[in-house]
Amino acid sequence: MKIESVDIITEWDIVAARQLGRNEAKKVGFGTVDQARITTAISELARNVYLYAGKGNIAIKEVTEGNLRGLLVIASDEGPGITDVRKAMEDGYTTSGGLGAGLPGVKRLMDGFKIETVVGEGTKISATKWLR
Amino acid sequence: MKTRIPILKLKDCLIVSIQWELDDQTAISFQEDLLEKLHTTSARGVVIDLTPIDFIDSFIAKVLGDVINMSGLMGAKVVITGIQPAVAITLIELGIRLENVSTALDLENGLEKLERELEG
Repeated sequence: MKIESVDIITEWDIVAARQLGRNEAKKVGFGTVDQARITTAISELARNVYLYAGKGNIAIKEVTEGNLRGLLVIASDEGPGITDVRKAMEDGYTTSGGLGAGLPGVKRLMDGFKIETVVGEGTKISATKWLR
Repeated sequence: MKTRIPILKLKDCLIVSIQWELDDQTAISFQEDLLEKLHTTSARGVVIDLTPIDFIDSFIAKVLGDVINMSGLMGAKVVITGIQPAVAITLIELGIRLENVSTALDLENGLEKLERELEG
C-alpha cells in the first residue's frame, strides 16, 4: 500500500496535510464524522510539528489488521523531543501558550495512539483510526 | 495566496459566511477585518455561519473564541450558526469547549436570536 506524505515546513503545509488526510479517509471509506476526526487529528499533529520542531513530516497509510481496515497517521520530526510524555498527555498541559488542543485530544479522536520520543533527537507519533 | 472572508452588513448586524476551509493566515485576517468592520459600522451584532465547514481544529476554535470575546469588548454580540454534527462531535472529543458562546442551528435562527438578545 502506498504511503502518502507531506513535509511540514510552513503553515500552508498544515492545510496540505489535512487535505491529504481527508482525501485518504474518503478513499478508505470513512463516514463524515470519522473524516472530521482524522482531519482534525492530522491538523493538530501537523501544528505540533510546526510549533515545536519547526519542520517534520506527516505520512498517511492505509493499514489492515485481521479483518480490520484503517488509516495510520505518522507525525515525525527531528525536534527537541518531549521531556515529560506523561505530562504532555494531560488535558490542558501546554508549553506553547494554548495553541493546539494537545495530544490527549488527538488520542481521543483516534483509536490507536503511540508516542516515541527521544529528547534532543525527535518525536514520532503514530495514530490509527479503524473502519467500523 | 491570501483570501479574505467577506463581511456583509444588514441593518445593525454583520453577517459572515465562512465558505471554505480556513488556513491560519485567513483566520487571523478575518479576526482583524471583523473588528475593524465593527468599529467602522458601529454594528451591534454579528452572525458567523459555519454551515459549509466540515472540520474545526483547535487553532480555528481559538481564533473564533477570541474574536467572540474581542467583539464582546467592543460591545457587540456574536452568534455562531450552522455547526455540522461532525464538527460538534470532534470539537468536544478534542476537548474544546466554546463556553458562553451563543449558537443557533442556522443563519435565520441566528439572526432571530441576535435580534432578541439585542432588544432584551
